[in-house]
Amino acid sequence: MNLTLNVWRQNGAGDKGRMEQYQAKNVSPDSSFLEMLDEVNEELIREGKEPIAFDHDCREGICGMCSQVINGKPHGGQDRTTVCQLHMRSFKDGDAIFIEPWRAKAFPVLRDLAVDRNALDRIMEAGGYTSCHTGGVADGNALLIGKPEADYAMDAAECIGCGACVAGCLNSSAMLFTSAKVAQLATLPQGKVEAAKRVKSMTAELKAQGFGNCTNHYECQASCPKGIDVKFIATLNREYIKALVK
Amino acid sequence: MQLTENSVGRKLLMAVTGALLLGFVIVHLLGNSSVFLGPDGINSYAENLHNLGPIVWVFRLVMLGLIVVHIWFGVSLTLENSAATPIGYASQEYRRATFSSRTMIYTGLALLAFIIYHLLHFTVQITDVEFAARQNMDAINRPDVFGMVVNGFKQTFTTVLYVVAMIVLFLHLSHGVQSILQTVGLSNDKSLPVVTLAGKGLAFVLLLGYISIPILIIAGIVKI
Amino acid sequence: MILDGKCPTGPIETTWDRHRFESKLVNPSNKRKFKILCVGTGLAGGAAAASLGELGYNVHAFCYQDSARRAHSIAAQGGINAAKNYPNDGDSIYRLFYDTIKGGDFRAREADVWRLAQVSNNIIDQCVAQGVPFARDYAGYLDNRSFGGAQVSRTFYARGQTGQQLLLGAYSALCRQVKAKTVTLHERREMLDLVVVDGVAKGITCRNMVTGEIESHWGDAVILATGGYVNVFYLSTNAMGCSVTAAWKAARKGAYMANPCYTQIHPTCIPQSGEHQSKLTLMSESLRNDGRCWVPKKKEDCDKPAGSIPEEDRDYYLERKYPSFGNLAPRDIASRAAKEQCDDERGVGPGKRGVYLDYQSAIDRVGEDTIRERYGNLFEMYEKITDENAYKQPMRIYPAPHYAMGGLWVDYNCMSNVPGLFVLGEANFSVHGANRLGASALMQGLADGYFVIPYTIAGYLATVKPGEITAEHPEFKKSADEVKGTIDKMLSINGKKTPAELHRELGKVMWENVGMARSDSSLKAALKMIPEIREEFWNNVKVTGKNGEFNQQLENAGRLADFLEFAEILTKDALNREESCGGHFRVEHQTDDGEAMRNDEDFCYVAAWEFKGNGVEPEMHKEPLKFENIKLAVRSYK
Repeated sequence: MNLTLNVWRQNGAGDKGRMEQYQAKNVSPDSSFLEMLDEVNEELIREGKEPIAFDHDCREGICGMCSQVINGKPHGGQDRTTVCQLHMRSFKDGDAIFIEPWRAKAFPVLRDLAVDRNALDRIMEAGGYTSCHTGGVADGNALLIGKPEADYAMDAAECIGCGACVAGCLNSSAMLFTSAKVAQLATLPQGKVEAAKRVKSMTAELKAQGFGNCTNHYECQASCPKGIDVKFIATLNREYIKALVK
Repeated sequence: MQLTENSVGRKLLMAVTGALLLGFVIVHLLGNSSVFLGPDGINSYAENLHNLGPIVWVFRLVMLGLIVVHIWFGVSLTLENSAATPIGYASQEYRRATFSSRTMIYTGLALLAFIIYHLLHFTVQITDVEFAARQNMDAINRPDVFGMVVNGFKQTFTTVLYVVAMIVLFLHLSHGVQSILQTVGLSNDKSLPVVTLAGKGLAFVLLLGYISIPILIIAGIVKI
Repeated sequence: MILDGKCPTGPIETTWDRHRFESKLVNPSNKRKFKILCVGTGLAGGAAAASLGELGYNVHAFCYQDSARRAHSIAAQGGINAAKNYPNDGDSIYRLFYDTIKGGDFRAREADVWRLAQVSNNIIDQCVAQGVPFARDYAGYLDNRSFGGAQVSRTFYARGQTGQQLLLGAYSALCRQVKAKTVTLHERREMLDLVVVDGVAKGITCRNMVTGEIESHWGDAVILATGGYVNVFYLSTNAMGCSVTAAWKAARKGAYMANPCYTQIHPTCIPQSGEHQSKLTLMSESLRNDGRCWVPKKKEDCDKPAGSIPEEDRDYYLERKYPSFGNLAPRDIASRAAKEQCDDERGVGPGKRGVYLDYQSAIDRVGEDTIRERYGNLFEMYEKITDENAYKQPMRIYPAPHYAMGGLWVDYNCMSNVPGLFVLGEANFSVHGANRLGASALMQGLADGYFVIPYTIAGYLATVKPGEITAEHPEFKKSADEVKGTIDKMLSINGKKTPAELHRELGKVMWENVGMARSDSSLKAALKMIPEIREEFWNNVKVTGKNGEFNQQLENAGRLADFLEFAEILTKDALNREESCGGHFRVEHQTDDGEAMRNDEDFCYVAAWEFKGNGVEPEMHKEPLKFENIKLAVRSYK
């Protein structure tokens, strides 16, 4: 396959950045999207040019490091698929492909397609945990948790923290990310104790980090490579109301 | 503080004021439909409303408050949201966001403009002075609201304007109704598609209801 | 030199409790005066940083990823073992201890493994308290499944994402400490040197991967929890950023590298599809419960569609060679058997490096729906990567490097031979012996981080004056200058080959010669080729860009440079170990029917290698292994 790539190039935070065009030649349909970029990079190096910088690590769809908007869709838009699991056979020979970084004020570009997502860590630090002490805890079976609750919490906990929800959101809101953690912990008895404090401080941090507000476009769910459901945002909202009246 | 500063708090204010405004929109249509009962229907409805005296003013102030809150936070959230997204994508494709969800601020502001015009038209009655109800009394000496409405909508321009405004309202509500339930935490993965459809259905019924008045008038079916 | 692991003696059941009592403590009000550097934020590092922060130490945590939540612990699928005996099926701490020692082919320390088994139960409790959504049964109790051939159900799991959930649990504990200001995070930092002052670890030098700045960090103790090194094979199931760099920099500063030849090759990975391939994907071992492994009997059939090859022309080689275990033979045996078939030119798929894993007979027996229920997500994953429908045609699988049992040598306190340098998790060598059992890696990482290091590090810190040596010490500048020198050298070569090309060459040499089956001649051949590639690297590598920027080529080149030195030690260890045990298989040492032959007489020891420079023979230090509780026995799977 031969493809035309339009790639965002930006040499550091100070640079303005621009789209540049590259040709990807003889791409194997069996290669993954990142492997295709690897080959383009090898070619660029041989030509004495700077290779394209992009974040990636596990390449099996779980670490949440890869972060590219492909043709206007975070992770390329295939259902429940991260960029690293996207394969070239889903493109056609001769396609023109647009590759851009996550776009959000809260995610400044570091270089080319790599962005700084530490704002998500700050949200987690605002309360995405239970305040249990190492060692001083009860037996695992001392708390009974119904299977439906455990499953609901697990559905939320599948979030890989890649930030695609923010990248896909028209408002650059991190509400889906935040709600996944809030819902996971609020559903489990061990997280309920601090639920009110957690939802208030985590949502307050959203604004402090420069994320936008949720206006229920649900583009986040469509962007999420793990299919995290917007029902967790409803859960967060419910928890927030409960916290208000407490 | 929580409500007016927090991202979710403000969204909640939007939802609650939106829900109350939606309630008004529904009640208002029911009241308006008295126009189909002829002059006696709507004129006595209007007369009765006016006889409520100060309650009318309390109601008007509450409505004003709701609108101010809804618009204030709608605008400030929108400004914040666009500040949070300084750069768009060169290539952009939406999958769940709809035309109506993306245009809420525009449809909202358009509705504000419409509400002002509508108040000037039928409440303050200064746009079509010759048909103003306050100076045209009906047979039993009530302000002739029926005449004002019918004469007003006989003008194509007015009718078109109202129909367009109601289409804008339809767009606003087809995102807004389900959004209210999501925001107050009353939806889940199973209910959301149903609620979304029902919300659109409600918005469509309201659209039909509202535009039926000018259209039936301009079509000559409702006449003096 | 004979190394002392400082294991407590006496009845094994009380070793850890007695050791904890005998260890010195640090006064609570003094703890904040001690600065601890923790490199790596996976299960071991994240848990260690969080626990130590909670105790009140001043902890600085470093990771090369953009967030402390992304370490490759996240990719573990199966589960985590614990000796809870919830199912009442006969499990106990002693049994977990026994299984781990035996599974490790009697090449691990008894006391370390006992401690691991003992604290395994606390781990589950801890994770539940953190909100890890472990699978539950309908009554609300924790669910267990069996795993990796164990005869009891002791594996706790969270769908197929146990590693992810446990790591997020540790990360959340870490976040809590960051909020409490006891832990400071340094993301996108790569450790490029260990600073040793008067023989004691006192800090690290690292590169800020965004700005290129070379930073010096001092600490009263340094913890390395930097994972394994199987990316030395280039293609592995590890993440792209996994490297030996941090551990190797420590080795260059005098820490011993123990048993580097113990590498685990996982049998059920998706085969390489072409030269473009950057990594291999693992599929759960459970696939072998219902699938049958085969290759065509005739070479000329290898290119034909699998369905067109009649039953009598298929070689179900595992069933043929291991009639009683058949397709469920252990990891190392199944892996080697697949390699043998491909070496015999009867492999299938691109490059002929693959064997079939066929579900047809299982589908005929229990129906496609049942198979879908059991393995649906794996079949989907397989289809995503290969575009093949495994319900209609057999899967293709091939073994891939997966885990490193070897690592930096540590004593019972998890401290290396360099005082003040602690090594946790996969980065150390201690508990898995020559082979790791399924669902044990997660257990070890968290055990080390939550329940071992908080006690043992106090014993060391109690002997140290806090803040005695800071980054003002000249050793820090010397280290930073060395690091800068190495970086400048790599950038100045401006040769013809990219780091990826050279890494691929190294990987090929290692996989062919030091992979699943090793022989005297293959190892010697590798020892000839590795220095050649290293030579070429230092003369002909092309690293683009400069240091003062976000430069992934520079990162890759640096990691490769360390692999190129480490690979030689790994190979030398394999050459030295004239026996077959666990993940280390020497073709000279096998029984007539191809089983591994251990040599307890001569090799019942830990080989800890001291690096003395390139071109200089490394020195081997031995730590003899004593088995006082479990009798040495032969593993057999016939």
